[in-house]
Amino acid sequence: MSKKLKKRLYKILIVSIIFFALIVADKMGKFSYLPQTLVFAMYFFPYIIIGYDVIIKAAKDILHGQIFNENFLMTVATAAAFLLGVFGDGQYPEALAVMLFYQIGELFQDYAVGKSRQSISQMMDIAPRYANLLKDGNIIETDPEEVHIGDMILIKPGEIVPLDGTVTQGSSFVDTGALTGESVPRKVDVGDKVISGCLNGESAVKVRVEKEYEDSTVSRILELVENASSKKAKLENFITKFAKYYTPAVTVFAVVLAIFVPVLFGVSWTQGIKRACNFLIISCPCALVISVPLGFFGGIGAASKIGILIKGSNFVEAASKLSVIVMDKTGTLTKGEFKVQKVIYNDGYSKEYLLMLAAIGEGFSNHPIAHSIIRAYGKTPDLTNVNNTKEISGRGIKASFESKQLILGNEKLMQSENIAYKQCEENGTLVYVAYDRAYIGCIVISDSIKAGAQEAVSEMKRAGVKSVVMLTGDHKNTAESIAKKLNIDKVISELLPQDKVNELEKIMKTTENCEEHLARVGKVGFVGDGINDAPVLMRSDVGIAMGSFGSDAAIEAADIVLMDDDIRKIPIVIRIAKKTMSIVKSNIAFALSVKFLILVLSAFGVVSMWAAVFGDVGVAVLCILNSMRALKFKTE
Amino acid sequence: MKKSYKCEIDCAACAAKVEEAIKKIDGVENVNINFLTQKMSITADEEKFNDILKSACKAGRKIEPDFSIDI
Repeated sequence: MSKKLKKRLYKILIVSIIFFALIVADKMGKFSYLPQTLVFAMYFFPYIIIGYDVIIKAAKDILHGQIFNENFLMTVATAAAFLLGVFGDGQYPEALAVMLFYQIGELFQDYAVGKSRQSISQMMDIAPRYANLLKDGNIIETDPEEVHIGDMILIKPGEIVPLDGTVTQGSSFVDTGALTGESVPRKVDVGDKVISGCLNGESAVKVRVEKEYEDSTVSRILELVENASSKKAKLENFITKFAKYYTPAVTVFAVVLAIFVPVLFGVSWTQGIKRACNFLIISCPCALVISVPLGFFGGIGAASKIGILIKGSNFVEAASKLSVIVMDKTGTLTKGEFKVQKVIYNDGYSKEYLLMLAAIGEGFSNHPIAHSIIRAYGKTPDLTNVNNTKEISGRGIKASFESKQLILGNEKLMQSENIAYKQCEENGTLVYVAYDRAYIGCIVISDSIKAGAQEAVSEMKRAGVKSVVMLTGDHKNTAESIAKKLNIDKVISELLPQDKVNELEKIMKTTENCEEHLARVGKVGFVGDGINDAPVLMRSDVGIAMGSFGSDAAIEAADIVLMDDDIRKIPIVIRIAKKTMSIVKSNIAFALSVKFLILVLSAFGVVSMWAAVFGDVGVAVLCILNSMRALKFKTE
Repeated sequence: MKKSYKCEIDCAACAAKVEEAIKKIDGVENVNINFLTQKMSITADEEKFNDILKSACKAGRKIEPDFSIDI
């Protein structure tokens, strides 16, 4: 607890004791012989102790023309209560009590907010405080912001990697736990990249800095999470708007009550003013204004703790309504590590010859399939006699080798080139090879399914997703066999990269239509590894990029970023989003209904100021406590 | 130019009000005050940045006497 809070706590304790003593003395009838002014002073003195800061603030606010705030309204309400005592029944306990309980509530509120702020900042504790800059043989502890690209830094054991860079000397294990939520030590050697925010293990490494601090992974992540609250959910905007009108409206009602109720219904003036005071006390929308953003922030914080970055409250809202999840296959459901499974050569040729031709054809390509073929070939292909290599998107490659045409690609390419190929019935990506118009053979390449992919799909459905769709450029048979294994509802196969956006749009349209009958629009999410998916990630309601450690394009395009490539985190995000939304909604419902109820009861003079104080600070504290639950999310 | 600062702001409702007041200052493109992280990020004219920051502080104080920016 901070000093400021402690001081307030002592003040409250002292005044509470005085208040209690006064009540007891009053009830025993000790005050009946005392002069009125003395009784007034006995209540007014502690009132000033407990409420002077509120009164001073109120005075300042009036000077600045700010009348619709708590301080002012609370001062008016309690002052009116005192005046009623002076000119009426000589009863002052209520006035003192209102201020006292208001202060207790405020203290609670500040304490709770401080607590959640603390747990949020603990999560944010991945920011490096310094970097050991190597300069002229000396080690200088420097602010990471002052280190620039090309500088050499030393990372000692147990330190946080301050900037993204490449190891130039030494080897160590780095732990990505602070970023991904799961502590998996990864070995780094000379030439390997290290990412800022990771924790260095047992030995020191020298690193050449490759990104300025502000572009480094860690500062981008921090910025994302901190700015997340500026992208507001619809519910949040509603609350802001509501608060803007609520306070003035209730205040106006209070004036109306004070003047018209006595005139029209013959209620006494004191009663009218009392009821109006209740209105003033309850007119602060604090419970909502604090607890709603706090709930969202808690949800975003809980997600970031396990390595999931949500870029705004609006995406929490959208993720809670996900009804269709569209997933890219390669790299998302599968590992994206291609391996040559089978080499089927045509009569009269050999396996080596086929692989050599394929490796030569793929020699200039950067595609994972090309890498797998070259790996299977086992040697560096001799590319001196290769010319005019042309990649045909979604089909394959055409080139000329020793002045004769070399074609490798899928069935479609063979058909369009009129090659007499033999159809292959294997599952996987098939690369047919033809040279000098003769069919040489076929290479079967496949990718293995990621661990946990099946579990992830079934968990998504348990979390409320109605349909999981897989998009892939693969052949129909291959795609369907994978989908079957994973329990995926729908497969759209043989897609060209540029078709993905169109397919997604089609799905989005049909989703909105069929959801109309359920009177609730479901959202469509897209999950991709972020390499070629930027347009699709942007187009979907919720774009989820994964494995995007350090991939700037993906972090930019996505709405939710999974720091590692564990798709089991997708159902967890949905759960966090749902929990957050239910907390926020229950707060809104609770605060509004309690406030409304007390307003109505106050208007009829049924409840006292005590109830009004509960309606103000009591509700606020309860809502904040409820919101703090969003921070705590257990994965199991 | 966009920069962010630590600031002291005591309540969420005030944060919104202060934000609105600062937005009205000449040269301020955008400002965001986060009550939870106690941070203000401000996008404003680079040439007049320091002056703008000063008037932002002043404008904030008018609404919330405890408002301050750590520069």
